[in-house]
Amino acid sequence: MIGSLAGSHRVIRNGMVITGIALAAMVGVYCLALLATPVEAHQGLAQKIVYIHAPAAWSALLSFSIVGIVSGLYLWLRDPRLDLFAEASADVGLVFSVGMLTTGPIWAKPIWGTWWTWDARLTLTLFLFFIFLGYRALRGAVQDRAERARFAAVIGILGMILVPFIHLSVYLFRTIHPQPILLKPSAPSLPPEMLRTLLASFGGFTLLYVGLVSVRYGLGLANEIREGGDAD
Amino acid sequence: MADLLRPSVAIAAKDFLIEWRSRTALLSATVFAALVLVVFNFARDPASLSPVVLAPSVLWVTTTFAAMLTLNRAFMLERENEAGEALRLAPISPNAVFLGKYLANLAFVGVVDLVVLPLFVLFFNVDFGGVLLGLIGVIVLANLGFIAVGTLSSAMAVRTRFAELMLPVLLLPFLIPPLIGAVQATTRILAHRPLSELMGWLRLLGLYDIVFFTVCLLVFPSVSDE
Repeated sequence: MIGSLAGSHRVIRNGMVITGIALAAMVGVYCLALLATPVEAHQGLAQKIVYIHAPAAWSALLSFSIVGIVSGLYLWLRDPRLDLFAEASADVGLVFSVGMLTTGPIWAKPIWGTWWTWDARLTLTLFLFFIFLGYRALRGAVQDRAERARFAAVIGILGMILVPFIHLSVYLFRTIHPQPILLKPSAPSLPPEMLRTLLASFGGFTLLYVGLVSVRYGLGLANEIREGGDAD
Repeated sequence: MADLLRPSVAIAAKDFLIEWRSRTALLSATVFAALVLVVFNFARDPASLSPVVLAPSVLWVTTTFAAMLTLNRAFMLERENEAGEALRLAPISPNAVFLGKYLANLAFVGVVDLVVLPLFVLFFNVDFGGVLLGLIGVIVLANLGFIAVGTLSSAMAVRTRFAELMLPVLLLPFLIPPLIGAVQATTRILAHRPLSELMGWLRLLGLYDIVFFTVCLLVFPSVSDE
């Protein structure tokens, strides 16, 4: 039994409240970023995008790690709620990935002089995005509910294991063939105002993740209950 | 151990016998590989890019894509007459089914590679003198891990709608580490570089093989159970 319809509606409502708070917090973060944080000396205003890009990347990685962990738990405990949660986290992760993969090139064009480069971190995140698109496609292509959950969990786990391998192989690839252009982004340490704004943004994005996943999970739950599902 | 090996060898032998009688999958995979080699030849500007520069990438793109075709066959076969059900009902461990399919896939892909290599020499004028053994070693090392993931993915893909499309979508991201490793190692082997220069890549391939073979073997029962 996976709970009642009223219960799932409560999850959705709570999620919407958290999402609202997160969005308000992010408006605050961007006011802070634009008005109260110094402009970076070399990159100028383009650097402001880091306050969206880096936290979006963080939330995407968080989503996908949680998919991997929850998938493992699903194969062990076979609780359909875990599967629904993994699905919710994967969907939200895809949204954050799109945010990360669009803000990245917008920043890179003026700063690196190119939209894209096959740097280890870029390649890694792109392939994470592809793996989870595959995850999504697989879920859509399996009819039986229990089978869909098992297959998705297997891909979730394999994807998590693949990540370090892609990183390692692209890293080896790059260190053996060094880039002619210096592609290292900003200095290692940030002025305190920038760090403050960035940390605030990380907080906002993490909260947004929690809110969106709750809503998505609640929707999945309600859908499952309506379809008459005591799964497995 | 024998409980696992005996049924898996039997399954691999069965797949071989079926293939031997029909010869459709192997034949189409090798023809496909030959065609890709030809296409590659015309997809480059011969004046600006010598075939040797392109050779490692061509070899790997061709063999991996042909391998994907043969992987599709492994579980597609069991769809006829509900043979998959019989395999599941058989008093053998699901790991034995995985191992059997894995062995058969390794052999099929090996046969395709054996056909591609001479064609590759013929079309791309690559000198294999003294490097053939090393090259075969890299091919084996790259195939071991990639085919483990491929066997598992094809077991899932075959039970979805659009099975033929689902397999590459699931599998291609997993191809990246072995593909990078194999292309880099092949480039160095063809350039007669010392072994120390490719050890890093060989280690990466070996690690990938061990990790993914083990994980795929362990999770396969969750794919096959009803």
